[in-house]
Amino acid sequence: MYSEKVMEHFMNPRFVGEISDADGVGTEGNPVCGDIMRIFIKVDAENRIADIKFKTFGCGAAIATSDMVCEMVLGKTLDEALQITNATVAQALDGLPPNKLHCSNLAADALHKAIADFKERQVTLETGA
Amino acid sequence: MRSVYLDHAATTPVRPEVLEKMLPYFSEYFGNPSSIYKWGRETRAAIDEAREIVAAQLGCTPAEIVFTGGGSEADNLAIQGFALANQSKGKHLITTAVEHHAVIDTAKYLEKLGFTVTYLPVDEYGLVSPAQLEQALRPDTILVSVMYANNEVGTIMPIPELAQVCQKAGVAFHTDAVQAGGVLDLNVEKLGVNMLSLSAHKFYGPKGVGLLYHRKGTRLDSLIHGGGQERGHRAGTENIAGIVGLATALELANQEREETNQRVKGLRDQLILGLKDRISEVKLNGHPTQRLPNNVNVSIRYVEGESLLLNLDMQGIAASSGSACTSGSLAASHVLLAMGIPHEIAHGSLRLTLGRESTAADIQYLLEVLPPIVDKLRAMSPLFPEGEEKDV
Repeated sequence: MYSEKVMEHFMNPRFVGEISDADGVGTEGNPVCGDIMRIFIKVDAENRIADIKFKTFGCGAAIATSDMVCEMVLGKTLDEALQITNATVAQALDGLPPNKLHCSNLAADALHKAIADFKERQVTLETGA
Repeated sequence: MRSVYLDHAATTPVRPEVLEKMLPYFSEYFGNPSSIYKWGRETRAAIDEAREIVAAQLGCTPAEIVFTGGGSEADNLAIQGFALANQSKGKHLITTAVEHHAVIDTAKYLEKLGFTVTYLPVDEYGLVSPAQLEQALRPDTILVSVMYANNEVGTIMPIPELAQVCQKAGVAFHTDAVQAGGVLDLNVEKLGVNMLSLSAHKFYGPKGVGLLYHRKGTRLDSLIHGGGQERGHRAGTENIAGIVGLATALELANQEREETNQRVKGLRDQLILGLKDRISEVKLNGHPTQRLPNNVNVSIRYVEGESLLLNLDMQGIAASSGSACTSGSLAASHVLLAMGIPHEIAHGSLRLTLGRESTAADIQYLLEVLPPIVDKLRAMSPLFPEGEEKDV
């Protein structure tokens, strides 16, 4: 039912963890549908994602997409990272079963939320509010 | 790697003795039982004998048995067939919130046809009480359907007491006994039921064959129209090998019932204790004692069921879960939710169902393999409070 690539990212995820001094954190999903993803990012001076980690409660697809998103955007600029969509994540995993496509929606959304959180913090710093 | 099958509530392997009895009915004795010549008489005799064996097991007459294409069909025939044949007496039905979908979805279909259905809520163990049923009865209630034992959590319903409430009120009572077949007492007189559904592949018989017991005088409309087989209740040339297999499997299961239950129950309790001992924040779902001897259903907090199943599969273990992701829908198990279990805990449920071939070594293997899987998934879970351990 899952591609080999999904199973590989699910069984051996490389980006599990938390970043205690993260520059941005994004959480998506809810326990009712059984998936919660949290993505932590570190952003460097050139607006590149210098480090990224995730924590996910969810099915095989949820964990695999979390790990895939991290792999895809590490070292990328924020603008490049924002180009990542649900479709590109699913594609990078050699596809997901139709009933699992909502999981890839969550991964991209969690990433976008983490970037939005980072930008919000920048504004707060700049305005000193 | 070991292979450990712990999903006997899903299906069981056909016993060799059963297969042996079935094999002659594919090529050697292949006649249509409706034919008058020798070929037909041979297979007719086989079906008659099977019906007598089954009737003896259920304590009923052979004419009260309808062979079907499985448990779901038996449930459909019981509920839909009865409702359609008896709608002039009333259009209200009662069932429970924790039935198998073969019952719940049939009830929902009848709602579309203009029937009204009451879905009785259950308590934290998955039980409905006779008092609750009594209160739900209406003058236009024609049928009550309550499962004998729950397929997910193994809770055994008080069928004789519930059936008695219906008997007093003159309302027909059906029980989906699919999970109870070969495990619990199926004597229809002791149970006091009007109809009872069974499926052969749950008790080491073949798939694609089941039966509906219907007490004499219970009027049913047929769902499948045609050649008038099964006394007009189920058209279609009989699945001879399947019917022979069902009867053989049921007879064997009942002969060994006490002994097997005793042994399997010992393994079950060993497994429950082991899980509680080796994994923190594990909760047993279902009734602690009023449960099937082979059923273990636990919620493992902070982890999701499908992830557990995939990891167990990698270690050669077959299990099941009430997680949304394993059901193809986005909702967690309707059974666990009806028992008041919160969504995130329902998503972390794990069902392990033992069988006659299960061994203490199988249990030991699971208890060695599962805790590291749980640790790994909890380390990934944003819900897991690190460094904290509390009881659910």
